[in-house]
Amino acid sequence: MSDPLAINHTNTANETHDLNKVIQILEAALLSSQEPLSAQELRRLFNHEFTASLITNQLEQIRDKWTNSCIELVQVASGWRFQVRPEIQPYLDRLTPQKVPRYTRAVMETLAIIAYHQPVTRGDIEEIRGVGTSSAILKTLSVRGWIETVGHRSVPGKPALFATTVNFLNDLNLRTLEELPPLEEMKSLIAIDLSST
Amino acid sequence: MYPATVSSIDQSRTLVPVAKICGEPLLEIPQDLYIPPDALEVLLDTFQGPLDLLLYLIRKHNLNILDIPMAELTQQYMRYVDTMCADQLELAAEYLLMSALLIEIKSRMLLPSMPKTHTEEEHDPRAELVRRLLEYEQIKKAALRLNELPQVGREITVIRVWVEHGLIDQSPNLHIDDLRQAWETILSRSHIHQHHQIKRETLSVRAYMSQIMRDLQIHKQLQFHELFSPSAAVAEVVVTFLAILELAKALVIEITQSQPFELIYVRSISD
Repeated sequence: MSDPLAINHTNTANETHDLNKVIQILEAALLSSQEPLSAQELRRLFNHEFTASLITNQLEQIRDKWTNSCIELVQVASGWRFQVRPEIQPYLDRLTPQKVPRYTRAVMETLAIIAYHQPVTRGDIEEIRGVGTSSAILKTLSVRGWIETVGHRSVPGKPALFATTVNFLNDLNLRTLEELPPLEEMKSLIAIDLSST
Repeated sequence: MYPATVSSIDQSRTLVPVAKICGEPLLEIPQDLYIPPDALEVLLDTFQGPLDLLLYLIRKHNLNILDIPMAELTQQYMRYVDTMCADQLELAAEYLLMSALLIEIKSRMLLPSMPKTHTEEEHDPRAELVRRLLEYEQIKKAALRLNELPQVGREITVIRVWVEHGLIDQSPNLHIDDLRQAWETILSRSHIHQHHQIKRETLSVRAYMSQIMRDLQIHKQLQFHELFSPSAAVAEVVVTFLAILELAKALVIEITQSQPFELIYVRSISD
């Protein structure tokens, strides 16, 4: 056997030893990667020796193993990544005196329309917001890698159609678009003012 | 005697309602309705446009969004717009457009209604405005919640251990096995794709619409069946089909067939 990780199925002691090594290799890969890694991508670490479900199994074990530490393993849209535990984050923020700027309401509203109504054109966005949308807003979002053009609508001017990216889901700790906070029902928006009058 | 009368007049004056809202007298002008003369920039920053300002007025004064008192709303709205017009007219253009709309709606409401036909329901000129206000409010709230989600770089720090890549980069020994591995990776990636789609349980038509548009950007034109993953579950096929119909309805894709029973082609209209 040329593969040092080949598992001897008759020897349980060997097997646990090897699985420990698998876990170490997975941890090293995840800790040194800048991007989230999927179970399929991680199979390459072992020359596709293991199935994706076995890798996923090990990833879940790693997640449990790190439960009581400063960092955690989470699953996002394009795979798994290590990140600082949310309860530790406020302490880290003290190291950097200047606050990370939050996006303006105009940027967030534009992002919300693209996320919930995609694919949409700039005209659709302006229609809902009732105000012009500057190119700077769309540029901010595409430079961040959160939105991209996925086509053009066949109306005069051929306006670009925008959609959100996988990176957008990754950066918001989400796995799918379905995990976005649900839109408030129109009925409940009306109900607010019926109850207040 | 005389000073006393003056003070009593003053007192009674303070009790005269400044406005009536939904039939209820309003004794004091709300504090937040007062706009300091130099507050224009603050004002433009505070509101995201005319719809936002209208929503603010409606919610602040507990006006019923389904039965907006147009005259009152327009008056309050115009007070803000006047302040804006004071020195930066071009910024107020969108706001002026909205005031024209408000006045138009009010005028329509003053006109006697047309004799009703049997098929037509009575049309409230405010309906479209209400629809836009509600749609905007829905997005405004969604944007707030979206902004509360933790973000990488803001509330989330991604861990990355420093790795010395330099040594690895210096020795690019290309071996035939490397090529094989690259090919296997590509194969496994295409495998991931199918696998991923089958596993999915909750399917969003919107997500599929975006995916189809991405595919059509790469391939320009695809045969109808190519849009469906060969190993797709029934639910996925249905959602893909719905996504195709939605895109066709929105006039972003074109579905053609030269003759009955011939191949059906789908392409993005933009090209």
